[in-house]
Amino acid sequence: MDTTIFINIIYVISAALFIYGLKLLGHPSTARKGNRLSAIAMLIAIIVTLLDQHIVSYSWIIISVLAGSAVGVYVSKKVEMTGMPELVSLFNGVGGLASAAVAIAAMVGSDLTSGLATISVIALIIGAVTFSGSLIAWGKLSERISGKPIVFNQQAIANYALIGVTILFSALYVIYPSSTLFICAVIALALAIGVMVVLPIGGADMPVVISLLNSYSGLAACAAGFALENNLLIVAGALVGASGIILTNIMCKAMNRSLVNVLTSGFQEVVSMDIVVEGEIKPISADDAFYVLEAAQSILVIPGYGMAVAQAQHAMKELQELLESNDAEVVYGIHPVAGRMPGHMNVLLAEADVSYDLLLEMDEVNQRMENFDVAIVIGANDVVNPAARELKGSPIYGMPVINADLAKNVFVIKRSMSSGFAGVDNPLFFKDNTRMIFGDAKEVLNNIVRQFAD
Amino acid sequence: MIAIYLLFILMLAIFVGFELIQKVPATLHTPLMSGANAISGITVLAAIVLAGGESGEAATVLGIIGVFFATINVVGGYLVTDRMLAMFKKK
Repeated sequence: MDTTIFINIIYVISAALFIYGLKLLGHPSTARKGNRLSAIAMLIAIIVTLLDQHIVSYSWIIISVLAGSAVGVYVSKKVEMTGMPELVSLFNGVGGLASAAVAIAAMVGSDLTSGLATISVIALIIGAVTFSGSLIAWGKLSERISGKPIVFNQQAIANYALIGVTILFSALYVIYPSSTLFICAVIALALAIGVMVVLPIGGADMPVVISLLNSYSGLAACAAGFALENNLLIVAGALVGASGIILTNIMCKAMNRSLVNVLTSGFQEVVSMDIVVEGEIKPISADDAFYVLEAAQSILVIPGYGMAVAQAQHAMKELQELLESNDAEVVYGIHPVAGRMPGHMNVLLAEADVSYDLLLEMDEVNQRMENFDVAIVIGANDVVNPAARELKGSPIYGMPVINADLAKNVFVIKRSMSSGFAGVDNPLFFKDNTRMIFGDAKEVLNNIVRQFAD
Repeated sequence: MIAIYLLFILMLAIFVGFELIQKVPATLHTPLMSGANAISGITVLAAIVLAGGESGEAATVLGIIGVFFATINVVGGYLVTDRMLAMFKKK
């Protein structure tokens, strides 16, 4: 039998497994099986590809597969769950780099028709932009680069010019496909675009950026699939592309902003809020908080990025168990943009062994907010800001938030009185039913846990 | 004609992707992303053919680089996703 046909038959099976694997990812109880099916799909696709008749030498393939596997195993074992945003960011970049390398190899390896040259140069650009953009995103997430938007005069115009020149050189390459000079120019320009697009974006908007780059890494594979006429690359790349786009959309909606607004807001004047929030801050000690919690029947926990920073998830789980043994109900309300990537809080709480049926979405907890005796806000700010609901003119007005202020009592665990990323005062802190517990989230929770033990 | 046929595949794959991924709960969005990282390592297939083929030295070297990086994505992505999903338990 012709090996090309055989390879493609296996690719069809592999594509079916990828799709079924994603379907199983629809529920936490089947998700692990789904991921394994997807891995099996990848494995059989790789094995059958080795039968390709164009392959004459295997030694370098084996060496690079082994080296890549070693790196992959190492990072996947070593990474901390708080570091997932950085890791996903790096993986996005590595995926883009691989696709860019493949596109360049296709460009220099053979004489391409103008159609194939066009799609190859598109694959190269998407791959290179994903690579450099992801490195910048990684730098911001790991605080190697300032998380603040980095902007300079006329940056928007410079970006448009950069994109224009890139298109020009791409067109020149398609007209003169044998010129390595034009290929090099496109590589350099595309790398510059990635850097310039991500630099002006602030740290708190990173969930959107990671999702978008995740999507690009799939689209790069997809474009490479067109360049090399490989069905499976197109199918798998499109699945990843769709996933990233859906997540990007969810993140934007959760911030009540458009993607264009997120990508360009660094260029705009900071909206200053002239509404002064008046009221009195009422601090409470961990000891006093304990008495309220001891009497509470139902407790809602709202985690934010501060919980990840303080690594307070394990202390929270300990407190949850004590409260449950005290016959109280404890659930977690998780805002879509809490943390630095989609679903970040859920992973941290799952790591601390919190049952996944207690991890509720924003809409579920908002429906029954009035019934919670206590809402504990841990290191979250903008996602519980009632200004989004009641203060027209606030920069975050209209953003869907968790209405913590409507619970009977609110405890806000916070380091200090600094405002969230949006620089917006939070009227929640001044509400009559709010008590502030100042301190490191982990220490505060441990203090309360100790009170229960006594 | 091949281009049209590939576009058909792309169109169908995008629709399937949207339908399936919309059903993934917010709880699993982080594993979804790292799993997507692994799947985007599918580029390894194209890289393998280029790395082992005879399209000149430059293409071979770039293919080898591609295999290395795409394998990091595949292996690292699936393992870290599995590690995360193993933590999601119901009591």
